[in-house]
Amino acid sequence: MKVRVRFAKRGKVRFTSHRDLARMWERALRRAELAVDYTQGFSPRPKLHFGLALPTGAESEGEYLDIDLTEPADGALDLDPASLPDRLTPCLPDGITVQAAAIVDTGIMSLQQAVTSCTWRLDASGTTAHHAAEAVERALAADELIVTRERKGKAVTDDLRPYILALAVTDSTPDGVELETELGTQPRSLRPAELLLALDPPLVERRVCRTHQWMTLDGVRSEPVSLGPAASSSAAHAEARAS
Amino acid sequence: MSTVWPELESLLGQVQKPARYIGCEDGARQPDHGPGRVSWLLVYPDTYEIGLPNQGLQILYEILNERPDAAAERSYAPWTDLEALLREHAIPLFSLETHRPAGEFDLIAFNLSAELVYTNLLNCLDLAQVPVRAADRTDEHPLVVVGGHCTYNPEPIADFVDLVVLGDGEEVVGEINEVVGAARADGVGRDALLRRLGTVSGVYVPSLYEASYSDGGRLLATTPRFDDVPETIEKRTIADLGEWPYPKTQLVPLTEVVHDRLNVEVFRGCTRGCRFCQAGMITRPVRERPADQVRTMVQDGLRRTGYDEVALTSLSTADFSGIEKVVGDTVQDPMNCGQVSVSLPSLRVDAFTVGIAAELQNARRTGLTFAPEAGTWRMRQIINKLIREEDLYEAVASAYSQGWRRMKLYFLIGLPSETDEDTLGIAELAKRCIEIGREYHQKGASITISVGGFVPKAFTPFQWFGQNTVEELSRKVNLLRDALRHERGVQLKWHDSRATLVEGIMSRGDRRLGPVIEDVWRAGGTFQEWSEHFDLQRWVDAMEAHGLAIDDFAHRHRTEDETLPWDHLSAGLHKDFLWQDWRDALNEVGLEDCRWTPCYDCGACTGYGIEHIVASATPPAGGSQGTGQDLARGNEVPVALMARPATAGTR
Repeated sequence: MKVRVRFAKRGKVRFTSHRDLARMWERALRRAELAVDYTQGFSPRPKLHFGLALPTGAESEGEYLDIDLTEPADGALDLDPASLPDRLTPCLPDGITVQAAAIVDTGIMSLQQAVTSCTWRLDASGTTAHHAAEAVERALAADELIVTRERKGKAVTDDLRPYILALAVTDSTPDGVELETELGTQPRSLRPAELLLALDPPLVERRVCRTHQWMTLDGVRSEPVSLGPAASSSAAHAEARAS
Repeated sequence: MSTVWPELESLLGQVQKPARYIGCEDGARQPDHGPGRVSWLLVYPDTYEIGLPNQGLQILYEILNERPDAAAERSYAPWTDLEALLREHAIPLFSLETHRPAGEFDLIAFNLSAELVYTNLLNCLDLAQVPVRAADRTDEHPLVVVGGHCTYNPEPIADFVDLVVLGDGEEVVGEINEVVGAARADGVGRDALLRRLGTVSGVYVPSLYEASYSDGGRLLATTPRFDDVPETIEKRTIADLGEWPYPKTQLVPLTEVVHDRLNVEVFRGCTRGCRFCQAGMITRPVRERPADQVRTMVQDGLRRTGYDEVALTSLSTADFSGIEKVVGDTVQDPMNCGQVSVSLPSLRVDAFTVGIAAELQNARRTGLTFAPEAGTWRMRQIINKLIREEDLYEAVASAYSQGWRRMKLYFLIGLPSETDEDTLGIAELAKRCIEIGREYHQKGASITISVGGFVPKAFTPFQWFGQNTVEELSRKVNLLRDALRHERGVQLKWHDSRATLVEGIMSRGDRRLGPVIEDVWRAGGTFQEWSEHFDLQRWVDAMEAHGLAIDDFAHRHRTEDETLPWDHLSAGLHKDFLWQDWRDALNEVGLEDCRWTPCYDCGACTGYGIEHIVASATPPAGGSQGTGQDLARGNEVPVALMARPATAGTR
């Protein structure tokens, strides 16, 4: 049995890394005494499958984790996914809040493959709403946004433009602006910091929050586990089954 | 209450591993800094990853926060990237819980476990915006306290600290807290407060003592400047570990640290009597924790933390009475679902049996480390680590037979009267061990030989021994490299002998080293335990600038009548006991473990009216020590000297 969990990462704990987060979850699941499946072999590890890594220092309103659970010998695992947020959140550090959970098909496409884009809310400093809006306009009007970055010691050129699915200045802040953007994740994830550096003139990243992760199923955009009153865990279940 | 969090938060995006500076660990407190409370900042002056697991600091953190009249927070040395930003933005060193400036605490207490962190101590004080020299501090500044194994010879840092605490801290922190609280209520100034603290048992106030030297630069005496402070400061020892089940809520860090696991201390003290081992000498007598309490602490700790590994810690865990049962109970606890592993960090080979190996291998396997310390029976008699070759081979065979494929062996080089034959004995043991491994795992067996240079420490029988030079230690390492060069499956690792030299200068140094430490710190010499930051030249230059000879501090044998810089401090051990043990060492005479044999009056029990607390009156199975065997009967393995002479030192 596989459970897909959605959680938020807010406040001081945002300075932990993706690897740190994996260890927190391993301990939390043991504390919650959830029957997690383990790998076989010399050094068994719990079978946890994380979604796209969140940059260290970024907050999120929608992170995901798939957990493989052990089926009891008699076949039926009596687990109400709606009970998981209250059961897991107290076992996690302050700032990690489990928002929803759904039982998904064991053969479901992995989060890393299924998610095609993410929405981000960004604070950038050292600019004004006017200047930022111009920089955004220039980027959206461009046919390509070529950047050179170093990867494994080699210079790689990349066109960032196809990854920018949406970008807009949404507000001004005391020392800059707030932006909202949707960035593609396939074949690789464009990070918000890379986007801001590619703007002309480049903007300085302050606070970053991933507000949504999106996947596309049969042409319909949806979240891996959605929130909201109507979106009960069983609905998410049915959606996942429908794939 | 002030906090630096808003300023800090905006900088954390620019530093490596920012999770080191946020606190938020499970088990962390949010202390109330009410007016009736004395506030403590407990600092480990190395990185968070190294410092967080420190059990001593965590124990005092809990004990202080349980008191209605105290509040304690923690801090660690910021890495160089954050340090630069803190200095650039004039942000002081801060606590992790409430991100309060360090200078706002009543006391800043450092845990010092190694000499090479001394420059970090100064750096932390400077980052706290507190004058590094005690004499420059005023009523506005916190009291600077140090404790930990290094502080048994605190003289090199005497200029920088206000208080030194000797021995177990569990009781004395409360007494210090009361004296400081009362002084504050009375409106007493700093000097008068230090006088009061100087009379608390186990507390040494260096500024109340004066060191005098002969014209030839020999220390004559360290004597009190006032009548009301004691001539000799005795260490503190808690009588019964069972009364102190700490830490109760061990901190669970959010980011990667060393020893990231549950730790349960099963006993404190060791009377095996290894002559090089300062920890064993200064923490006597043996005080075991009741086995039931160990079980409870393990079970509760695993439930609370979610860890899948528990370490049973002590100076020699296989000596714990009923160790097999405690390990077995943990591994077989159905609540642990077979997923919890037990690690025993300090294992004596003569107490490691197939039984323990079998219990351990029921769970996930962790690394196995043994410490034979020396390569020949002669050498092990000198250091009084009386384990026979058979004991080692049996332990290694037990481990390989129970499925382990790799293990680590620790050795010291540069021990008193060591010959090349003794050094090469290490290679011979390694070769035999890997042969045993191949019997079980063919080519899959491997062994790591870790070699450290010996540094003589205060309050040990070897405190009179002049340590080997950098060149000599390097030559010995190269002997081993040559001997093991073509040995498949054997990996040799060694410590930097230049760092060993600085440790040796400090470990038996006196107050004249204060300016040397300050110079090295001012020249940028922090994080000296980190090879990328260590620079011997800075130390050499500073010693020379102050007219001090390295030979004199590190390489010179001391004489019986010489005043030692720590003679006015006491770990309970009689100096004549230590001297006799030093003579016995040179005569290659061993000494039995007094846990299981009659007392030879070292002073550690009798002086303080306390006793060993040991559940079992017999030594662990498989041991050769204390079992009434003839200790002179060593089954020495003949050492085959390499035909090639030692040209290796030049490489």
